[in-house]
Parts: sequence; C-alpha cells; structure tokens
Amino acid sequence: MNGAFVRSESGRSYEIVDASGTFVANVARASRKDVRDAVVAARAAQAKWWAATAYNRGQVLYRLAEMAESRRDELRDHVALAEASEAVAAVARAIDRVVWYAGWTDKIAQVYGSTNPVAGPFFNFSHPTPSGVVAVLAHPTSFEGLIDQVMAPLAAGNTVVVVASERHPTPAVLLGELSVTADFPPGVLNVLTGSLDELAPVVCAHEDVDGVDLSGVDDALLGELRSLSAESIKRVVRAGFASDADSLRRLRTFIETTTVWHTVGQ
Amino acid sequence: MSKVSSTTSSSVARGGAYVTLAPRNEVLEVESEAQLRTLLSSLSGVDAVGLEARVAKLSTRSLKQSTKLTALDLAISMVDLTTLEGADTPGRVRSLCHKARRPDPHDAAVPNVAAVCVYPDLVSVARDALAGSRVAVASVATAFPSGRASLAVKLADVREALAAGADEIDMVIDRGAFLAGRLGRVFEEIVAVKAECGAARLKVILETGELVTYDNVRRASWLAMLAGADFIKTSTGKVGVNATLPFALVMLEAVRDFAEVAGRPVGVKVAGGVRNAKDALRYLVVVNETVGARWLSADYFRVGASSLLNDLLMQRYKQRRGVYPRSDEFSGD
Repeated sequence: MNGAFVRSESGRSYEIVDASGTFVANVARASRKDVRDAVVAARAAQAKWWAATAYNRGQVLYRLAEMAESRRDELRDHVALAEASEAVAAVARAIDRVVWYAGWTDKIAQVYGSTNPVAGPFFNFSHPTPSGVVAVLAHPTSFEGLIDQVMAPLAAGNTVVVVASERHPTPAVLLGELSVTADFPPGVLNVLTGSLDELAPVVCAHEDVDGVDLSGVDDALLGELRSLSAESIKRVVRAGFASDADSLRRLRTFIETTTVWHTVGQ
Repeated sequence: MSKVSSTTSSSVARGGAYVTLAPRNEVLEVESEAQLRTLLSSLSGVDAVGLEARVAKLSTRSLKQSTKLTALDLAISMVDLTTLEGADTPGRVRSLCHKARRPDPHDAAVPNVAAVCVYPDLVSVARDALAGSRVAVASVATAFPSGRASLAVKLADVREALAAGADEIDMVIDRGAFLAGRLGRVFEEIVAVKAECGAARLKVILETGELVTYDNVRRASWLAMLAGADFIKTSTGKVGVNATLPFALVMLEAVRDFAEVAGRPVGVKVAGGVRNAKDALRYLVVVNETVGARWLSADYFRVGASSLLNDLLMQRYKQRRGVYPRSDEFSGD
C-alpha cells in the first residue's frame, strides 16, 4: 500500500493453506480503515499517474512485465495454488497480457478519442480521461483475469486498489510486490488481503472510489454490492476476461470522455 | 513595569475539580527586568522524558461513537480558519469567511468556527463578510511572522488591524530578544500591545520551533501571561517545526499553574501542522487531562489551521453516514 509493505492497521492476520490443507503463509487481514488508507493513497497518486505521459505509463507497465518474467517460477508456484489450469502457461499468458496493456497506454486516446464535426467555427475534440480511483475485487482462480482487471484501469490512467482473493491472495500480493520494484509511483497500485465479505461492502460504499470491478465476487454478494455502488454513483463492471475483445472493453470501462470546443483561428 | 495581581482568592479548575487558592500577589508583580529574570529562572526545568511519555500515553486514548461526534463538533467550533499567504486575495478571504460561517453547506447543525485569521490589510474584507455572524475576525500583527521591527511599527500594525475591525490580535514575540536574554524588552512589547488592544483579545505567539527547548517555552509562556496575554499560541506556521503535542503540554501546564497562582484563566492556541482530525482530538484529550473541562471551549482553546477543517468535516460525515466521503466533498478554501 502506497509503495510500502504495511501490516493491517488492525494487527490481524490469517493463514492460507493449499488444496491439501498444508500451511502456505500468514497474510494480513485488512480492516475498513486499511481500505480508507488505501483509497487515500490511490487518490493522492492518481493526478500524478495521469499527468505522466502515456509513453511513461507504458514503460512502467513494460517494466512490470520484465520483473514478472524474472520471477516467473515463483509466480508459477503461487498461481498453481489457485488454479486448476496449467500454471506455467497461465503465467506466460499473464505476462504477455501485461505487455499487451503496456502497448495500449499511448493508443487509447487514438482509438477512443475523436474529432467531431460541428455546425460552427469550432474544433470539437473528445478525448478519454481516467475515471479516477478504481477498486478491483480480484478474480479468485485466474491470474490472467486478475491481470486484466488491474492493468486495464492502470493503462487508462486510473489508480487501483485491489482486494485480493481471500483464499488465494498470494498471486495478487506478488503482483503488488513486483509493482514496487517496477517503478510504479507509490499509491498507484495498492493490494489489500482479507475477508471479501468484510471488505467488499466498504469498498463499494466508499464515495471516493469512482469505479469497481466486481468480477471476483460470486452471485450471493452481487446484489448488495451493486446497490451500494449505485448509492455512491460508481461505474461497475463484472465481465468475462482473457480475450482481446474483452480486454478492449475493459480498457474502455474506466474511461470518461471529455469534450472540448475550441474556436477555429482566423 | 506592569502589575498582574489577583487580590482575592480564586477558583481554578484542575482535573475537573475546583479548588480555592489563597492569593500570592507577591510573585506576580513584575517591577523590573531583574525581578522578571529571577521569577522566570525560578521555574523548574521541564522533565523532557516524562513529558514526552505523558503525551505518548495520552495519544493512545481513543474516542468512540457519540464522544467522538461531540469532540469533532467541539473541534470545529475551536478552529481559527487561517489564510496567511502572500497570494491572498479579497475573494479568497470572502470564500473562507463563508466557509467559517457555515462549514458544511448541507448541514446546518455543524457549528461555525471560532474565528477567521488573516493579515491586517484583509481584516476589513473579513469583517464585511462575517457581519451578523458569531465568527470573530483575528488578525496577525506586530511584523508577523518574524517580529523583527521597532515597537512603533508593531503598534501601528496593531492599530491598523483594530481600526479595520479585528476582534482578536495574534502578535509574535521578538524571539531574537528572548533568546538573547533581553526579557524586559519582550515583556514590555507585550504590555504595550496589550494596552493598544484594549478590549480585543490578545494572542501571543511564542514560536516554539525557534525557542527550541521545553524550558524556554515554559519561561516564554509565563512571561507572556505575566505581561497580560489572553491566549498563548504555539507557532506562526511559517517555520520548520510547528505545533507539537509536547510543546502544547508544556504551555497547558504553564496555563494551569498560572491560573492557580493568578486566578486568571489564559487560553492556548495551537497553530501549524495540525492537519487531521485525529491530531486535533489528541490535543483535546491533552487539554482535558491537563487543565480540565473549562478549557474545552473556544474561549480558552483554539486550533489555527486551514486544511484541518475539511478533515474534521469528513470524519463527521463518516461518523454520521457510515461511509467514507469523496475527497472533494468539501470545498478547498
């Protein structure tokens, strides 16, 4: 969180185990105050992240892919805990996907921006701007899905607060760790671990979160989270993942469109 | 020089209980610089380790639920909403004044702040904008923030602020003179400014960051109170070290002891560096535990700040509605 590896404000932690019940690690169990702190950090970082050039954001994401590449084996071990699919291939695809998003940072405006014809002596431009702070409730069983959830808003200039999967948080934690060594400015990517039932309502009710990706929650929680998000006027997405078409839709999800009128010079 | 005396026995609060003390006039008549020096040097030194340990202990107090809500409202009512920038404009001061009258436009139950604090040339603007409200106009004067000007210039500064309609004057002491040991000069300046102020409330800024040691702060607090200060204030907000809890505790202890001896309650204002609600509530705890509940009022305790007010409002919002507000829920100025 905010470029540091902090424990929960509450001091709580919990154990995670693998499929056979063997102990894997102790992880922090975040409280609602940790959510608050993470959102404050993300909000503070957002203006600077968006003010950086799209090229620079792309370089940072490329660097993340490189760091992930160098720790591929470790990622594989942790992804294997969570996923039924072949972990080596899943990690390789996930890294490729980071590179794919890195390439998108300076192309989003080209694809989603436009010059609009108007009946008057004006130039009229629409250009995409980020929503702001996006919360991601991480997909529990797909690392590639998590990459989609996190990288799409980041590439568009949003800052992100991830609530990692409750049972298998280590891939998300590793991603957070990699982001710090990959030169992400503090606060751009924040990862919380803990109970989804406890954290998700706080995230969705938080009025300073502009968008939320609910792909990681099951149907039982969905209704409540949707209504909490509506209360605070959030953009909500709960989508499939892992195809290029879906990824493009994701890129577009946490984008607002700003239209500018400019007089035509004489 | 000047006389500060209590001629009858007096009641002062200590830890919430009222005790009656016999007057001890002989201590409080300051007739010469030598006597002032003797008096101030007779004050015991501050136990720095004990002081900091006490502050650390009090800082762990946690206020919950209704107590927290009450404390947040109290803190809002104690804020001196301040803008002391070279780039201040009448428009900015006016918008600050509107905010001071009604901190949360959506909720009339939020109390108004205690005062708006500006430079002397903007006092008249603030006066007009605050007409008909209970918010006072405070002005820094006496060559703020350094205090390095002749007494005549300082008095003219005060006169101008008062003529424009200031209810309260925040003066700075001459730290150069204090640190060089010219206590008489510092004392006489405060006496002269107090005389100029008349009915207006006088806050004396010690600038604890430049006095450096706790012992100096204790002596300067006594000196200011003996010279007639209505409030003693920690800092200008213009130097590296601003208000800190240990310095505030030293000043509150001086206020408590002075009230016992002189029978006159003096207020304390902390300024600079108090940015969030949590810090503000810590100060309130220290006030309550040191000088008692009587000081938990805007008449005796103030917090000089600009960004603090928004955090207090945001915490209040959170307590009332149960959700965290947008970071831009409350206006910047």
